Amino acid sequence: MTAWLNSWNEALLDFYWPNAFWLDLVGMAALMFVFIASLLIMIAFILLFDRKVWAAVQMRRGPNVVGPYGLLQSFADLLKFVFKEIIIPSGANKGVFFLAPLVSTTLALGAWAVVPVADGWVFADINVGVLYIFAISSLGVYGIIMGGWASNSKYPFLGALRSAAQMVSYEVSIGFVVITVLLTAGTLNLSKIVEAQGGGIHHWYLFSHLLPMAVVFFISALAETNRPPFDLPEAESELVAGFMVEYSSTPYLLFMLSEYVAIVLMCAMMAIMFLGGWHPPIDIAPFTWIPGVIWFIIKIWMIFFLFAMVKAIVPRYRYDQLMRIGWKFFLPISLFWVVLTAGYLIAFDKLPG
Amino acid sequence: MILATVAFYVFATVLIVAALLVVSARNPVHSVLFLILAFFNAAALFVLLGAEFLAMVLVVVYVGAVAVLFLFVVMMLDIDFTELRQGFLNYAPLGMAIAAVFFGELAIIGSAWVFSPGLTVAHPTPAGVTNTEALGRILYTNYVHVFQGAGMVLLVAMIGAIVLTLRHREGVKRQSASAQVGRRRAEAVELRKVRPGEGL
Repeated sequence: MTAWLNSWNEALLDFYWPNAFWLDLVGMAALMFVFIASLLIMIAFILLFDRKVWAAVQMRRGPNVVGPYGLLQSFADLLKFVFKEIIIPSGANKGVFFLAPLVSTTLALGAWAVVPVADGWVFADINVGVLYIFAISSLGVYGIIMGGWASNSKYPFLGALRSAAQMVSYEVSIGFVVITVLLTAGTLNLSKIVEAQGGGIHHWYLFSHLLPMAVVFFISALAETNRPPFDLPEAESELVAGFMVEYSSTPYLLFMLSEYVAIVLMCAMMAIMFLGGWHPPIDIAPFTWIPGVIWFIIKIWMIFFLFAMVKAIVPRYRYDQLMRIGWKFFLPISLFWVVLTAGYLIAFDKLPG
Repeated sequence: MILATVAFYVFATVLIVAALLVVSARNPVHSVLFLILAFFNAAALFVLLGAEFLAMVLVVVYVGAVAVLFLFVVMMLDIDFTELRQGFLNYAPLGMAIAAVFFGELAIIGSAWVFSPGLTVAHPTPAGVTNTEALGRILYTNYVHVFQGAGMVLLVAMIGAIVLTLRHREGVKRQSASAQVGRRRAEAVELRKVRPGEGL
């Protein structure tokens, strides 16, 4: 799609150059709008899916009133949030209070700029794509800390502190998992990581020496995005709603939205790094007819199903257990696996490039 | 080209304004937030220079880890702002002197670059090699010993920090995960027949 836009713009460039520059900009902006809109619509349905899976495990029906089978529930929720009153706690640091949800949402959406949804369908095909995602997702913690601090209240502050410690701890093991993947692929470019896994399911990194790292990444992703069983920053039995206690209306909506955008981003990262991104599982005719973006979306939904199931069936961890797993299990295992992967690649002469 | 120039001036302006606000903001938490903004814009300038790896590492390390701890400490400590500001004028001359030296050095570097164009300028990246690869080749081939030495220094610093802060106090209750997991039903639960109205 971008290639088509580029050729279109080049044709215009010959005609009259200053115009073409602005057209390029407008075309890019329009494309971004379409991308973000479709992403948010998918997240609306993923939210519903999350609630439906959760309900099914508990033998409930889940949302089933708005629209057929409750399909429009998320949109009804959106309207409800937007039309509620925004309450600002007295003594809150107003500027930071409103900046926090905006920072969260902007960063969560910004990370999608480098995600290749299909062959060549990526906004910024940069060489350090993995690092970019890592950097942006490590910034996500600021929205939470700022929100917790600016609320000028004890529960949000405790929630923010917990969240910051948790996210910083699990970033370390995520970082090492990413290192094993890029050692194997030989590149930091997300598109090239996916290309390295082409040609069928047996080339996917999930079914290689990286399988344990996929498990570590999945669990770390749960902790990094504050999902159950690691949702301690918003553990309702201890902290009411954690850093979101004082938020209402649209600012709350933005926090919740950014959380789900980050979760879907982690699903996308799993799909890219371990499940071959846009590649079909079997590289023969009926599967290759389906466009890559569809495969990518199917993989995201499958991984999200795991996220939803974990939320439904695993009880919440205690805080010291969380820290223990992060620092005493995942960090040594992933560190060891980096050494092992490097040794394996050198010993069997499988180093890429 | 126009876009790159505009972007440079935007990032540079925001960077300088944020840096000024770091020292002039009344609330220390705001100072740290402006510091983060400054780091972020510096990373953006690195991207404009073509040093994308450095940019990302700056964000990951400084913004993602160091500044978070900064913010932690600043938020947790009960800081008396008026007391903090009292010594400001005493330190001002020293700060000015350091700033002057720093500015002078920058000026010397800049003028050397302008006045002797024949000087070999360090290339950001050799042609045909990505930024990350070029850095990796230099770090892990030519300078591998220096690199490992730096790693050792960090390790020593880490052990030092642990040694300085680790205390073994008496009577501290600790969680033992193996004891908790190893508990069996027989030793944890006892069934008692309770008659109505009597209690245990």
